[in-house]
Amino acid sequence: MTATLFFIQALNGLQFGLILFLIAAGLTLVFGVMDFINLAHGVQYMVGAYLVAAFSAWTGSFGWGLLLALPTALAFGLLLEVLVFRHLYDRDHLEQVLATFGIILFLNQSVKFIWGAAPLSVPVPEVMSGSVEIMDGLLYPVYRMAIIAAGLVVAALLYLVVSHTRVGMLVRAGATNASMVSALGINIRRLFMIVFGFGAMLAGFAGAMVAPILSVQPGMGDNILILAFVVIVIGGIGSIRGAFLAALLIGLVDTLGRSFMPNLLRLVLDPSAASQTGRAIAPMLIYIFMAAVLFFRPSGLFPAKR
Amino acid sequence: MKVTIKTLGLAAAVTLATAPAMAQEKLKIGLLLTLSGPSAVLGQHARDGFQLAMKDLGGKLGGRDVDVIVVDDELKPDVAVTKVKGLLERDKVDFVVGPIFSNVAVATHKPIVDSKTFYISVNAGPSNLAGKSCNPYFFATSYQNDQNHEVLGKVAQDRGYKKVYLLAPNYQAGKDALSGFKRHYKGEIIEESYVPLNTLDFQSELAKIASMQPDAIFTFMPGGMGVNLVKQYRAAGLADRIPFLSAFTVDETNLPAQQDAAVGMLSGSNWAPNMDTAENKKFVAAYEAAYNAVPASYAMHAYDAALLIDSALKATGGKTEDKDALRNAIRKAEFKSLRGDFKFGANGFPIQDFYLVKATKRPDGKLETQVSEKVFDDYTDAYAKECAITN
Repeated sequence: MTATLFFIQALNGLQFGLILFLIAAGLTLVFGVMDFINLAHGVQYMVGAYLVAAFSAWTGSFGWGLLLALPTALAFGLLLEVLVFRHLYDRDHLEQVLATFGIILFLNQSVKFIWGAAPLSVPVPEVMSGSVEIMDGLLYPVYRMAIIAAGLVVAALLYLVVSHTRVGMLVRAGATNASMVSALGINIRRLFMIVFGFGAMLAGFAGAMVAPILSVQPGMGDNILILAFVVIVIGGIGSIRGAFLAALLIGLVDTLGRSFMPNLLRLVLDPSAASQTGRAIAPMLIYIFMAAVLFFRPSGLFPAKR
Repeated sequence: MKVTIKTLGLAAAVTLATAPAMAQEKLKIGLLLTLSGPSAVLGQHARDGFQLAMKDLGGKLGGRDVDVIVVDDELKPDVAVTKVKGLLERDKVDFVVGPIFSNVAVATHKPIVDSKTFYISVNAGPSNLAGKSCNPYFFATSYQNDQNHEVLGKVAQDRGYKKVYLLAPNYQAGKDALSGFKRHYKGEIIEESYVPLNTLDFQSELAKIASMQPDAIFTFMPGGMGVNLVKQYRAAGLADRIPFLSAFTVDETNLPAQQDAAVGMLSGSNWAPNMDTAENKKFVAAYEAAYNAVPASYAMHAYDAALLIDSALKATGGKTEDKDALRNAIRKAEFKSLRGDFKFGANGFPIQDFYLVKATKRPDGKLETQVSEKVFDDYTDAYAKECAITN
């Protein structure tokens, strides 16, 4: 029984980690390549969720909704880049933080203005609405497995693009030394724009994928943004590989910690104290983990090479 | 421009003085509600409920014209205090109606009652304001916070559930909810699980619940958390096997998003939209027509608050200066509450009936909670005896 429970919780951790990765991938590139702190990355996740909610309500199908939401999220990211972010690249980090924080407030209010404050729901696509009984009395939704699969596919694609294409090479070069890339005659501004747009689209994709299992509501991106920053700090800023592994680690540490911390502590403490302490420590685990990583490897597990 | 305004003002003053029917100033009511952030929908229900009552009363309370000033507390106690000071000092309101959240109620309680302004809560009922810190200027048309949870504890006890799994967000109201449940439930609690506030994915909790096989679960998950928990609980196949008891989780603010996943789930409440009184039927129909949503209890409490103020002012002939007379008139609660029986206890909280309600799909496809059985009759809250107001 405990082994099955462990397996299920690991699956949950994996799924959580992959969603985190989709968000953190864009964030780490934008931060690593452009040295730009984008707090508004979380709202792009929210925008993705709202877009898929709107489009699937309009077309009546999640698939079409997703197909329409992705280019719109991309266009929206590019629009933000042109209107706002482009003017911030040369400013210092504090000004970037202030401006992008303003975007958070603005977009949170905007979605509320357009769609209302009540949470929206997106139906799970019909073909994936089934579930599998993987443990006595617990059904595991097929859709969650689809999220895991989609996350892994996107991770593989990203790996191919970043490691084996010319654009990916430029991105990696930009992360290492942007001014040198620029001096070699590459239009670094255009590269920034592409990276930014795709980062926004990935965050939007994550939001769209979770829309059917979570509720779509204003401010949904704010909490996940903090975790995404934890991921890129642990993984090493600018590194896709680091973001991938760190996201999975965070997902697993968080999920397994919450489920099994009390059980582990029961070996050394009496049951009520163990469950009390376990409850207190479990939410801190990822931050303790981050502190430990920073202590031993200040630039993260897989820093982009400098 | 300045001159023009002054002249206009003078003209208005002259007109006022010569028109005795207009002599009475407008009554001012400050509506303090959470209208932004993820929980804004609760405040919207309360605001719409109050405004619907104003419409039904012909825009007047106790025969006086009314100025309703709506402010958003942003669910931040410090912001709420600043805005309340504006209402009291600048607008000089006669009543403050609100808030939704208890932390806002606790923070704004002192400035409002110190200024001898009546404070009528349309939802928040924290234990200290019902007990030790009760105040003759504070009334609630809602309930004491624990009471809806107590309903479920009583139901779990009466149905003979042996093992119950408790789940709540890790903050004060979550802990209060679970202790409210435990007041009447004496069986075994196999797990008391706290998740961080604003958790949206409950999959790992569901795995734990499935492995522990409790007789029922009880939870308090307001707002978006409740939407997710209910949908995921249903998707995990637990809804048909382990009864889902909750408060403030499956209600009309969340049902539009929970949809069919919530059907059949049980909650505790002092009211439900299907309650069979003429006034309530009229209220629900009018609310749905005006705001295109089934009203939640927040709307009902706010509607009742307007009726309460109206009844009290009728008794005092529209006067608000004699505070003791006004308080006695409020205390009598001479209005027909939408929920049926209603009277105030000494602490300013209602003595009322509580029901087990069940989420149900109506023939027109909309969802609402419907009364399943009465659990408590003329029920007083547990803190009333600690309140020292005597009269």
